[in-house]
Amino acid sequence: MTVPPKAPPSEWQYVAAAYGVVFVFVLGWVAIIGAKLQRLQRQLGDLVEKARDRG
Amino acid sequence: MGLIRAQNRTTAVATLAVLLLGSALGLIFFYAPTDADQGFSQRIFYFHVPIALTSYVCFAWGAWKALGVLRATEDPERVERNDLESYVAVHLGVVFGALTLITGSIWARASWGVWWSWGEDQLVLFLVLFLFYCAYFMLRFSVAPGRQRANMSAVYALFGVVLIPVSFLAIRLSKKFIHPVVFTSHGPQMATSQLATFCVALAAMLLLFATLYHVELAGKRVDIRLRELRELLT
Repeated sequence: MTVPPKAPPSEWQYVAAAYGVVFVFVLGWVAIIGAKLQRLQRQLGDLVEKARDRG
Repeated sequence: MGLIRAQNRTTAVATLAVLLLGSALGLIFFYAPTDADQGFSQRIFYFHVPIALTSYVCFAWGAWKALGVLRATEDPERVERNDLESYVAVHLGVVFGALTLITGSIWARASWGVWWSWGEDQLVLFLVLFLFYCAYFMLRFSVAPGRQRANMSAVYALFGVVLIPVSFLAIRLSKKFIHPVVFTSHGPQMATSQLATFCVALAAMLLLFATLYHVELAGKRVDIRLRELRELLT
């Protein structure tokens, strides 16, 4: 049994891929910044606790 | 007060960037005509070229800030500020450079049938520029933080900026003309509607860079302040 050859991607698929890459980058960047903000918030909380303990 | 003003500015720039990116996408897919020569895949041009130009702007901005590092010899605070700003600009330049290579490769595959062509001066020179700035991070993180690292990074960032005009002119000096030349000495070789779409996309990309630059810089500054606070409390 032979597998029919896969059709090459059409032009719109290439365009979608190019714009998709940019979209994924922006999404990834927002996720990284979100994670960083959470870390900073946690660290700030720890420091506030430490300052309170010191009186 | 200054922090609030900076936050408001970043919010305004981010809002404008989102609006312009949305407008650019609308213009690209619903207003700009399909290119008679390259067909639908030519629409990659509207993001690919602005991203490439933005990466040049990032590297040039990084070099400008690097110059500030070398000039502010008497003021350690200014050195630290310029060094951080130069680093963030180069970092974003590398990210935009990677996007240029990826979108360009996809466009090459759609137009020429290949992912990459080593015979194309423009492509190879952009790759050299990209790899040169990738090595910036190896240099930076192999030296302990301080004045020496700031100076070495600044000199490296300044050297790299020389490659920008070479990379930009390569396409015009090249004898091979596979890579399309849109902006010639006779002006832009495209319809007014295409040029308008391109200008909006370029403005959107530059504003995206400005937003990412300010947010990343703010994050790094907060990180540094928290480290100082931790040292004070322990």
